[in-house]
Amino acid sequence: MIRHTLGRLATTVVIAAVLALFALPMLWLASAPFDDTPAITTSIPDFTLRNFAAILDNPYALGSIRNSLIQGGGAAALVVVLAALAAYALSRVRVPGRDALLYLLLLLSSVVTGTAAMVPIFELATRLGLIDTHLGVILVVSGGLLPAAIFILKDFMDDTPTSYEESARVFGATPLQILRHIVIPLVRPGLATIAVWALASVWGGFLFQFILLRDPEKAPGSVILYTLYTEGGAPKLDLISTFSLLYSLPVVAMYLFVSKRYGFRFHGGIKT
Amino acid sequence: MARPTSAADAAGLGTGRAIAFVLPALTLIAVFLVFPALWTIYLGLTDYRLTGTAAADPRLVGTANYTGALTDPRFLSSLWLTVLYVGGSAVIGQAGLGFTLAWTLRTRTGPLRRAVEGVVLLSWILPSTVVGFLWFALLDRDDGTLNALLHTPGLAWLLDHPLLSIIVFNVWRGTAFSMMLYSAALENVPPSHLETARLAGANVPQQLRDVVLPAIRRHILTNLLLISLWTFNDFTPFVLTGGGPEGRSEILPVYVYRVALKDGQLGAGAAISFLILLINLVLALAYLRLLRGRRQRRRHQEIAAAGGPPA
Repeated sequence: MIRHTLGRLATTVVIAAVLALFALPMLWLASAPFDDTPAITTSIPDFTLRNFAAILDNPYALGSIRNSLIQGGGAAALVVVLAALAAYALSRVRVPGRDALLYLLLLLSSVVTGTAAMVPIFELATRLGLIDTHLGVILVVSGGLLPAAIFILKDFMDDTPTSYEESARVFGATPLQILRHIVIPLVRPGLATIAVWALASVWGGFLFQFILLRDPEKAPGSVILYTLYTEGGAPKLDLISTFSLLYSLPVVAMYLFVSKRYGFRFHGGIKT
Repeated sequence: MARPTSAADAAGLGTGRAIAFVLPALTLIAVFLVFPALWTIYLGLTDYRLTGTAAADPRLVGTANYTGALTDPRFLSSLWLTVLYVGGSAVIGQAGLGFTLAWTLRTRTGPLRRAVEGVVLLSWILPSTVVGFLWFALLDRDDGTLNALLHTPGLAWLLDHPLLSIIVFNVWRGTAFSMMLYSAALENVPPSHLETARLAGANVPQQLRDVVLPAIRRHILTNLLLISLWTFNDFTPFVLTGGGPEGRSEILPVYVYRVALKDGQLGAGAAISFLILLINLVLALAYLRLLRGRRQRRRHQEIAAAGGPPA
């Protein structure tokens, strides 16, 4: 019994150490934005909200949040619409070669990563005139997100009973009406998951935005954060810490929202 | 395979309209995912450059890029660094810590468990550039929090131990996935089996080896394949070290970026990209093979594959 208690105590200590390791880097994010003279060391802040005002004065900070919204929102909308259409068709109709297609999509989504495709993507975007455009980022990231989105949504659609659709059809509804008024409301949790997942992926994404956008006017927050240095190369700590916090909050809020609203557990790589 | 919902076509869509529904998505995938992958193969066989004469008129050079890479000490060292990075941060770090956490938290409820799960998940959710800067602040030479805590002022972690820094960083960043996967897997281990083993006098390592391991072997394999694939393709360490100093943390993704887009040797970069594609293909095929033997867990696992690593 004593041995058991000691063992439990020991694991508690280990767990507390891990907790400290994980919390340590985040402390700075919680303290520095409110510090009057933010240093790189984590410390009890000399409380101020002035750093948030400094963000407003930076020429790129606010614009970059707008850019993140355009690129993230655009990609999320495109991915949800195209993936929902494709997933519905693949779920309900036996298109020839469907199983092979799904297998290939699954394979592609893990094999063709940003790292492996950065050279041709850069080249393709250059030739199509998509460098320094929001559209370029939206199309490139959507192409990467779509296979996974189709796969997950098809799973949702497969689990949806077809009886409603059949009755609607009996009453003379067209396929598009059925899709709009019956299927979409039924799979809304799936659509919300995909939208949040796509938005969050683009919001935090770095590689494609970094290589496709040269103009700081077009860069999203994830790239701008990387440029908040003085001319001398020293990081502007007040701006960086405050901007980091502002940029993280929407992502955390989105996850909390989706997991509260739809009761999703974190499954697999999908972070909801 | 014939699930009633699959073949029913309840809405009367018809094959023609179904194809029209699928086509827009497939077009986008074809242009921005399949075509780039194939183009990599061609570009890798040319001397294509970002600027200069070879930019206007690239020539086919056969396998020169590949032989060039194999004799480039920087490529070989990058390859070795990648092996260490994947092995250290994914296979040992994330999987090891993830399993340890899942195992120790399994019997607990209450605030400690919620706090640990909360911070581990938060480190997975936060945007990658933010996370990069948090670690930059933690590890800073002069004023970093870590040096202040360890009483090691002036220790330049990112310069003196760049590989170790990005390994620990990636363990911190990615353990959430392994922890959640093993938590789910351990729920499938019957408590009565563990109880029996304990009554028979088995200590914890023996219980793990004889009861737990056989029950979750497939989960372990799945986990290792996925996190290796993701870590192998991870560009985030670039935010922390930029591959330096002197290429000592230049894992393959960063190497490709430097060769192709910074030095402008697009052909040579594409050749390395193709090698990365091949390694990805091997890992992904192994993973999909593993899935086929397990139909009932299909959904979550496939979603895991499709979802990818944190952004």
